[in-house]
Amino acid sequence: MATKDILSPLPGTFYRKPSPDAAPYKKEGDAVKKGDVIGLIEVMKSFHEVHADADGTIASFIAENEEPVMAGQPLMTLNI
Amino acid sequence: MARRVKTLFIANRGEIAVRIIRAAKELGLKTVQAHSLADAESLAVKLADIAVNIGPPSASKSYLNVDAVVAAAVASGADAVHPGYGFLAENARFAEAVEAAGLVFVGPTPHQIRMMGDKVSALEAAIAAGVPTVPGSRGRVETPEEAAKVVERTGFPVMIKASAGGGGRGIRVANSRDEFDRLMPQASAEALAAFGDGGLYIEKFVSSARHVEVQVLGDGHDVVHFFERECSLQRRRQKVWEEAPAAMLPEDVRMRLCQSAVDLAKAVNYRGAGTIEYLYDETTREFYFLEMNTRIQVEHPVTEMITGYDLVREMIRISMGERLRMRQSDIVMRGHALECRINAEDPAKGFMPAPGTIDSLAIPGGAGVRFDTLLYQGYTVPPFYDSLLGKLIVWDENREAALDRMQRALNELKIGGLKTTKPLHLALAADPDVRAARFDTQFLEAWLEHRAAMLEDQ
Repeated sequence: MATKDILSPLPGTFYRKPSPDAAPYKKEGDAVKKGDVIGLIEVMKSFHEVHADADGTIASFIAENEEPVMAGQPLMTLNI
Repeated sequence: MARRVKTLFIANRGEIAVRIIRAAKELGLKTVQAHSLADAESLAVKLADIAVNIGPPSASKSYLNVDAVVAAAVASGADAVHPGYGFLAENARFAEAVEAAGLVFVGPTPHQIRMMGDKVSALEAAIAAGVPTVPGSRGRVETPEEAAKVVERTGFPVMIKASAGGGGRGIRVANSRDEFDRLMPQASAEALAAFGDGGLYIEKFVSSARHVEVQVLGDGHDVVHFFERECSLQRRRQKVWEEAPAAMLPEDVRMRLCQSAVDLAKAVNYRGAGTIEYLYDETTREFYFLEMNTRIQVEHPVTEMITGYDLVREMIRISMGERLRMRQSDIVMRGHALECRINAEDPAKGFMPAPGTIDSLAIPGGAGVRFDTLLYQGYTVPPFYDSLLGKLIVWDENREAALDRMQRALNELKIGGLKTTKPLHLALAADPDVRAARFDTQFLEAWLEHRAAMLEDQ
């Protein structure tokens, strides 16, 4: 099966959940569709959604919740 | 009581950390700069005598971590802590922890921070000091009879707000008694449905409000004011452009406004630098207390430019137990000052944050120009904190000359490598309404609706 990494569109802090007390947007093994929100990037105190750019199933997360990330850094791997 | 301070610990980052280091050095103090892992290469770190790592990039684990900051301050051998603005500057628990560790907190007492930080107790303090507040119910209104009594007192228009609401939900504006009688039951029903609580409160609606604020300095005994600033040009409640003095304020109103700020600060024996914020209604010439900020503010330089005092240096002196070095009659204002906040944001793309590396930098100079910044050539602006890159401040003999000087200075300012809000400020400085000081707190967002797309940087 082919895989594809979803990359961070921005530098900042990666969040897997919409708020600290909420459930994660997606878990490993979840199916995603192109355009689904899979996380947030906080950059300079503003929050931006990260969208899946392909259909697939989440194989693994590469970036942890609240991890600082660079633009272009892989956040997770999809099985497509 | 004089307290010996030899080393100052700076519990902040960015341009304000640089500003504090400069003031401390002029006082002959040694400086210790706290920094997160992401700020190891910051200008403040380079300028300070010593730098101390206080944690990972995330502010909640570094600059907002009370225990880590206090422990680092103690370990560094510092005897005083300057909190800057934002982060822990208005956190009473932090001020307490600093004092409990035997260090001097450069700011007000924890009690003063707590009192002014709470909306209800701050309002009570303002009312007790005779400071005008927005007329209204000052609490929940339960019955239509009670509500009618309130609006007889306030006049129209009035705002009807849900007690349990927030973020603009459940707010209605009534322009007449008829409208009020119609909207009141609706508002109550909506509040009950949305929040499970039909409680309402009523406040006079100031339709065209300007934001004015008075700078004060207190030493725990005496208080003086340094006149007012106007900060009406705001986007999403964030100040974008500030001035001193407020161009449209009649002299008699200015005197009453500044005196009311002194009255409030004196009533609480205020210590340190503080700002009392007001809404000003130009049509009625009435001003109303909004809140008091118990710290140095971002826009303090415009006040320094028109009065000639160094407010940051004075607040450090006060924290060392010195009395105020100036009487009210010593403080005179001259000319006009403007400040433009230069942010790493792209105004043409919805003010999208734009962190990045500064590949070229030209800082404006000349008479009456000041640029308070965290930038140097080759610096990489981290994405983890706010987008303020610097504040371009100009002074001139009058407002019109200051606007011309600001245009000249903005054209000299060149920040290569990322998008900034410079085009917004160039457009504002040339705008006929801005030049005529015809604006209120709603002005900028409406103005941006049809101009933002044209504010492309470079």
